[in-house]
Amino acid sequence: MADIIFAGFGGQGILTAGKILIDVAAQHGKNICWTSSYGAAMRGGTASCSIIISDEEIGSPYPEKLDILLAMNEPSYHKFIGDVKEGGYAIVNGSLMGGDVEYPADVNVYSVDATDIANSLGNGRAANLVMLGAMMKATGLMDVDTFGTSLNDYFEKKGRNTPANLECYKLGIEKAVKK
Amino acid sequence: MSADYVLMKGNEAIAEAALRAGCRFYAGYPITPQSEILEYMSVNMEKRGGTFIQGENEIASMSMLFGASAAGARVMSSSSGPGFDLKQEEISYLTSNNLPAVLVNSMRYGTGDGEITPGQDSYWVSTRGGGHGDKRLIVLAPASVNECAELTYLAFDLAEKYRNVVEILTDGAISQMIEKCTLPPAKEHDIDKFDWTLTGKPLGVKKNKMNNLTNIIGHPAYSEMMLNKFKTMFSEEQRWESVMTDDAELILVAYGISSRVCKTAVREARAAGIKLGLIRPITVWPFPRKAFENLPESVKGFVTVEMSISSQMGEDIMMAARNSKPLYGCLTNVNIPKAKEIVDFCLDVLAGKVEPMEVI
Repeated sequence: MADIIFAGFGGQGILTAGKILIDVAAQHGKNICWTSSYGAAMRGGTASCSIIISDEEIGSPYPEKLDILLAMNEPSYHKFIGDVKEGGYAIVNGSLMGGDVEYPADVNVYSVDATDIANSLGNGRAANLVMLGAMMKATGLMDVDTFGTSLNDYFEKKGRNTPANLECYKLGIEKAVKK
Repeated sequence: MSADYVLMKGNEAIAEAALRAGCRFYAGYPITPQSEILEYMSVNMEKRGGTFIQGENEIASMSMLFGASAAGARVMSSSSGPGFDLKQEEISYLTSNNLPAVLVNSMRYGTGDGEITPGQDSYWVSTRGGGHGDKRLIVLAPASVNECAELTYLAFDLAEKYRNVVEILTDGAISQMIEKCTLPPAKEHDIDKFDWTLTGKPLGVKKNKMNNLTNIIGHPAYSEMMLNKFKTMFSEEQRWESVMTDDAELILVAYGISSRVCKTAVREARAAGIKLGLIRPITVWPFPRKAFENLPESVKGFVTVEMSISSQMGEDIMMAARNSKPLYGCLTNVNIPKAKEIVDFCLDVLAGKVEPMEVI
């Protein structure tokens, strides 16, 4: 159904964003597989996770062509954009993208100022949730409201929720713009 | 997959399944990529009334394991790469005393320190290793998180049934991925149910001793008993999965993470009209020779797909196939294979552009 990579630098909540997505997808009856890779230096190093969501048995856990790339910084965008399928989606963090990046014509690129939005709500660690909001809006992978409810439940279950989490997600839906 | 699932890493599924199988003693030492097993045990073992020990090193941990096994407990340890090497001596001692234990080897790639990334080049140390002397370990190779749980649960029963060391051979990829997993039911193990265990020294009670069995029953009886055990394990415990082998022109052979990629390769090749099949050993010892019996005439050869420099599994495939068809090696060493690479390799084989392996 979807081959996905989330990428950014360590500390941006890349792996967590991926875990939220698989948690919700699994609840909706999908098969999922999540794998991560990260550099030796955690905070500030590169971090990425690959996610496969499928109705079928999942073979290789490593997607070779992507339906969706979620890039939380510019190096991650450049690293993976070439792997996105024609007609696929790239969601970029506008706060950390240079102005001179030329986006490919055959990929649907959506940008959202995730870091700025999260900081403005005093919830700087939730830039990943802004990105998830933008991604749901752009791709229609799941119903935006259903995903929002499940995302909120995810943090409730962990016992460390704040209303700003869902706010960040909703602003991601609202503020994402197609490039 | 049942609706009653959890999302877990392979390592966590191994640890939880062990606890549910009644494992109440774990000793080990951290090393990537299996440290989550140790972490999980450190948090959860005491809650189940068991003992968790982070030993001062691998050798000490294995000696502790020996003691707990001799007392009748279900025991486990886990490691990777150089850490697993250090367990070899004690595997031999466990064997000499006919003691059950479950060990996990989560392969990282390389020789010496190697890498912390996934690999499949500890096949030999797992299927041929186990220290000095004659011994055979049952070696189970999961290819999914669900299978990590299922095979670990089974491993404790097999270890007890044969009074033998059973190994879970996984790799950094299977160990660290998260998937849906259905956990087996929790059961308790009765430490006093055997007649061979050490039970302390109450007066007037006949006490068992732990010693090299050769010292107790003599060499001829020991040799006969062990050989019979090896033969029984070999004939009874072969496990595998065959995928689309009925009309295949080339059969891929792979286990663990490579077998996952091979499944995608088979699917993609079939969509393009190329008849690939797959034999996935679930036990790598005993190697599933039965899977290679009665294969169709259409099969032109076998392609082993492994993350190693040498084909470590190649000899087993040649023996299983009785050298009847050529064997080709798609060996990706430090890299995880890609489905397209495998399909392209097979196209080259079918076009006669690849030499069969000579030295394996």
